[in-house]
Amino acid sequence: MALINKDTVSNKMSGRILKNKIAKVIFFIATIIGLLFLGALAYRILTQGLGSLDMDFLTGFTSQSPDRAGIKAGVIGSLWLMSVTAPVTLIIGVATAIYLEEYAKRGRFTRFIQINLQNLAGVPSIVFGLLGLTIFVYIFKTGEIVLAGGLTLGLLVLPVIVVAAQESIRSVPNELREASYGMGATKWQTVRRIVLPAAIPGILTGGILALSRAIGETAPLLLVGAATAIFTLPSGIFDPYTAMPIQIYSWTKAPQPEFEYVASAGIIVLLVILLLLNSIAVFIRNKFSKRL
Amino acid sequence: MADTKSSVFNVKDLNLWYGDNQALYDINMDIKENDVTAIIGPSGCGKSTYVKTLNRMVETVPVVKTSGEIEYRGKNIFDKNYLVEDLRTKVGMVFQKPNPFPKSIYENIVYGPKIHGIKDKKTLDQIVEKSLKGAALWDEVKDRLHENAYGLSGGQQQRVCIARCLAIEPDVILMDEPTSALDPISTLKVEELIQELKKDYSIVIVTHNMQQAARISDKTAFFLSGELVEYTDTNTLFSTPSDKRTEDYITGRFG
Repeated sequence: MALINKDTVSNKMSGRILKNKIAKVIFFIATIIGLLFLGALAYRILTQGLGSLDMDFLTGFTSQSPDRAGIKAGVIGSLWLMSVTAPVTLIIGVATAIYLEEYAKRGRFTRFIQINLQNLAGVPSIVFGLLGLTIFVYIFKTGEIVLAGGLTLGLLVLPVIVVAAQESIRSVPNELREASYGMGATKWQTVRRIVLPAAIPGILTGGILALSRAIGETAPLLLVGAATAIFTLPSGIFDPYTAMPIQIYSWTKAPQPEFEYVASAGIIVLLVILLLLNSIAVFIRNKFSKRL
Repeated sequence: MADTKSSVFNVKDLNLWYGDNQALYDINMDIKENDVTAIIGPSGCGKSTYVKTLNRMVETVPVVKTSGEIEYRGKNIFDKNYLVEDLRTKVGMVFQKPNPFPKSIYENIVYGPKIHGIKDKKTLDQIVEKSLKGAALWDEVKDRLHENAYGLSGGQQQRVCIARCLAIEPDVILMDEPTSALDPISTLKVEELIQELKKDYSIVIVTHNMQQAARISDKTAFFLSGELVEYTDTNTLFSTPSDKRTEDYITGRFG
């Protein structure tokens, strides 16, 4: 005896298919809303900023007068910041991830660290600014220099890099580790020769995405004292500096309305540099994945 | 006859737990030099766990506890001072699923020698040729040693893994169902290979396949629910098993 009534099945058929179509439309609209706002943003910034964007803007310092203001100090300052943040966070972050994933015994202690890492990754950036101000500027009396700013940004992205590196180390198949241990390899040999080469595309992708977050951060740098108007370039990590987002922020607060256009031009430069960074990330990932 | 051979492993009262679940009960077993020792039994009987205990690979599972002793060439491998890296250098392993590294065939073979500090290019080249010949793979791959091992067939990949194991010139080779992921022709090749290898190595092989155990092994151990039920010459075990449970299993009445 049939338990399924064929009539019910065919009656329900058109309803099920209709629901599927409705679902598709809803998801499409959701996507379009996001795209519309992105498009509006891009349109506004491009129309306002392209006029001010020229060689003088890229090679000049900021100025009292909107038509002479440039973003050079911001770009160079941001690059200096990254020269501190990138090596420090990548080295400490990957080392931490290796310890947690490969060496540490699973237990209450590692679980505690794990939960805190994930929470830290969600802490607002201004809190890290306060931390940097207290530790670097006040306790170590570094003053308002590139090193203090770079390390503060480093604190901010470190948890993100650790978590990304952990994920990518965890995704290396266990059979490969077993094969290596099975030949008498030590843990370090296995990590260096098998696990890291397989995990590096993921680590770099996560790392560069985290760094592009750092390069756009304003709040923590305001706290650790990035300058808003500066007319010399830092020549090392112990010099005062400014950064692209700081420069943009100070222009938006300037009294003359024309500075709005300068700020838009600055945003274009910042976005272009971000896109460049992201494409480097994709490039590196593809290059490394091909070798596997 | 077999008793005149010296022992490679001497297992005494071995018990093993995964957390609270006991997986092995009071195993006593003497594994002889240059024998092929087959471990048979139904799924979940502990045969894989057992063979992975012989090179302490089982310890990669964090909750494992053991009691008893395993003497390898007269020394207890559970001794605090026993270096697990040293044990695994002498007791090589071939896994159930072929697990070559995502590197070239050449790099796969020289991995072991390299981690043990052999750097001389000529020596490494010789090791590669000798190991691949030992694994009956040389003629098939000699012209593409620098191609990725992932491009090989499953059977060839498994023989790369065997060659990789031979490259560190171990004393014992543990094989955990090495042919379960292979087609019949590749299986036959690996079985022939095992016959060749037993001249130079002692082999412990876990197998699901009773015909395979009967074909290739000198001694067979039958495991059931974590216990060693019977361990004797392969011919004796398959013709006149002394335990009723062994008889039921090999005649296909269960498992």
